[in-house]
Amino acid sequence: MNFDLTEERQMLQDTLRRFLRERYDTATRNKIIESASGMSDDIWGQLAELGVIGALFTEEQGGFGGAGFDLAVVFEELGRAGVVEPMLDTAVLAGGLVADLGDESQQALVEEVIGGAMQMAFAHGEPSSRYDLNRVQATAKAEGDEIVLNGHKAVVVNAEAAQMLVVSARESGNIGDTDGISLFVLPADTKGITIQGYALLAGGRAAEVMLDDVRLPASARLGAAGKAFDAIEARVAAASVAQCAETLGAMETATHLTKEYLGTRKQFGRPIGTFQALAHRMSDLLIEMEQARSAVINAAGHLESARGERERQVSAAKNLMGRAGRLVAEDSIQMHGGIAMTQEYELAHIAKRIVMADHRFGDTDHHLERYIALAAA
Amino acid sequence: MDLSYSAEEQAFRDDVRDFLTTKLPEDLRDKVRDGGELNKADMERWHAILNAQGWLAPNWPKSFGGAEWNAVQRHIFEEEAAAHHAPRIVPFGLSMLAPVLQKFGSQEQCDYWLPRILSGEDWWCQGYSEPGAGSDLASLKTTAVKDGDHYIVNGQKTWTTLGQHANMIFCLVRTDKDVKQQEGISFLLIDMDTPGVEVRPIVLLDGGAEVNEVWFTDVKVPVENLVGEENKGWTYAKYLLTHERTNIAGVGFSQAGLTRVRRIAKSEMSGGKPLIENPHFAARLAQVEIDLKAMATTNLRIVSKAAAGTAPGVESSMLKVKGTIIRQEINDLARRAAGAYAMPFASEALEGSNAGLPDPSGAGPVASQYFNNRKLSIFGGSNEIQRGIIAKVTMGG
Repeated sequence: MNFDLTEERQMLQDTLRRFLRERYDTATRNKIIESASGMSDDIWGQLAELGVIGALFTEEQGGFGGAGFDLAVVFEELGRAGVVEPMLDTAVLAGGLVADLGDESQQALVEEVIGGAMQMAFAHGEPSSRYDLNRVQATAKAEGDEIVLNGHKAVVVNAEAAQMLVVSARESGNIGDTDGISLFVLPADTKGITIQGYALLAGGRAAEVMLDDVRLPASARLGAAGKAFDAIEARVAAASVAQCAETLGAMETATHLTKEYLGTRKQFGRPIGTFQALAHRMSDLLIEMEQARSAVINAAGHLESARGERERQVSAAKNLMGRAGRLVAEDSIQMHGGIAMTQEYELAHIAKRIVMADHRFGDTDHHLERYIALAAA
Repeated sequence: MDLSYSAEEQAFRDDVRDFLTTKLPEDLRDKVRDGGELNKADMERWHAILNAQGWLAPNWPKSFGGAEWNAVQRHIFEEEAAAHHAPRIVPFGLSMLAPVLQKFGSQEQCDYWLPRILSGEDWWCQGYSEPGAGSDLASLKTTAVKDGDHYIVNGQKTWTTLGQHANMIFCLVRTDKDVKQQEGISFLLIDMDTPGVEVRPIVLLDGGAEVNEVWFTDVKVPVENLVGEENKGWTYAKYLLTHERTNIAGVGFSQAGLTRVRRIAKSEMSGGKPLIENPHFAARLAQVEIDLKAMATTNLRIVSKAAAGTAPGVESSMLKVKGTIIRQEINDLARRAAGAYAMPFASEALEGSNAGLPDPSGAGPVASQYFNNRKLSIFGGSNEIQRGIIAKVTMGG
């Protein structure tokens, strides 16, 4: 057993942490959030330069990492600093699917992603799919040499900024079948695509993506027809690990701020952290932090395992992070008092990030049910 | 023991229902139901409708133009108002300042200020908390120094709710620094148009600015704006806080909140079926309902006691803690129910900013409300302060 990071990962963590500490404070982030694009091209370019994007892909894919622990190291730091740039969407989800399934010409996109020149988004969820990955209603129909897409993709994060979209659609079977789902990679400005964008509560932007008779060449398909589900599930597992690590980083910031505040804020003539009611609550948060860190390690360490084990670990982590995250966010706000609810205080954004993570890739309840089902299988 | 309302109480409830059905404007009802933000004009409109009915000031004596309802009647009204999605009444003048004036103010002060509260001519806000005086309110530092027939006020108040709409503020100020903290505080009424008063909005985590900082720099306040005696303000403040807590359980808000959660969970789909049929979600919903039913009865028990003339003591602290836990749990359920559609930034504070936002479950700004309502367990004496009161009263600690 060895719980230390490898030297390379330790270096990456140190570099990234230093860069974000110097370049990404509350005021900077608030300005980015309020900007029209909801992201900073400058920050994105520098993250690419630091090798952060490359660390999310394997050597065969043109990167130098790509394992569960690589994702965990990068995203914990992004979460600690509350970074709103769409690393998860461009690199782990959409970029990752192209890297996993793409043919040689499609793989060229990955190089552009790693270099920082390409933004992508994964258009998969639908208005009635909730958190089920198999409930794909959008359709893909062959017409001669072409494929025609129709459907409505919901809350597609980073769709407006993306030059290329990875879109899922059903080529056969019924809603809910894992079989019959295909993936397509296509320019976001393809005729027939309407993107209705909006800001997200915890920073960044998303959109409803409407597909109205979108015509594609068959070469736009990623991988085999109707056989994309396993790859989608595996990529969402990777994204879930990344997101859990990101939430862990954000929780670290929340507990750090709270500990500091309890030591400096005085009421009734003494630091409020000396009141036992608050001291014990803080202790409970620190206990949950250890649980959260271990849950992330468990999931990251099993990302390369066989499907059953991998998915059980991922669902366990998502469930635990949802619970521990809510507790840390709510109690950090409570122990601070009103100050924590003001936009200019760091915790306000961090708390939103922690809680809203439970609304992506399945919430605590979804993953509890899924864990039970996977354990029974 | 009789758990039902008496015939008179039922008749009263029918009157209230009839009034709410016929007099509550539909656009206001829809806004409240869907979590939209009420602007100043909306709040003033509802204020005027209630005033015309004579129901604006349920807790005031008839001699001052109030309805003089008993505690059970007030409870019925609050419950029905929430169930019909009526706007909440802005409480600062009506249910916070007015009881203090009626009990401790002079006849002249009552004759001048109370009618202006009813007519809406004055919009009051509350100047209590300061940056260094939150839970420890008695440590407040804003000073008022007597200079002839005026006080000169200097200092800063914070978390002033709806201060941006107000023209008057009632403040706790320090008039004696050399005595025990609680014994050097006075209760002062300040015209916000006086030179030296500055209101600065505080942007909250949901993007809204419902609270403010209020700064005082050499503000001249006529001595006749002192309520009661100098240095007795802490007594009046405590009296006010017990009034602030009369509807602290928020049973009506919780019932309306649950209705909303059910509505979202009926249209949100999970595994091809409405979410409300998901056993796990249904269990969460049932759990809160069970808690709420019990708390509603606790509330009624305390309300009946109050109607019989016994002032609620430690019970109001208990209701505050339990009531806010339940309301926050319902807010959590609402955002949970909305799934991925809780992610868009749909702030009730930023009306129309995300017009046309896709919202298949009709959830609206559930996540913003979840975050905004974290304030419930912080303001009006945090839940930690309430637990301290409960412990002190029941165990003499």
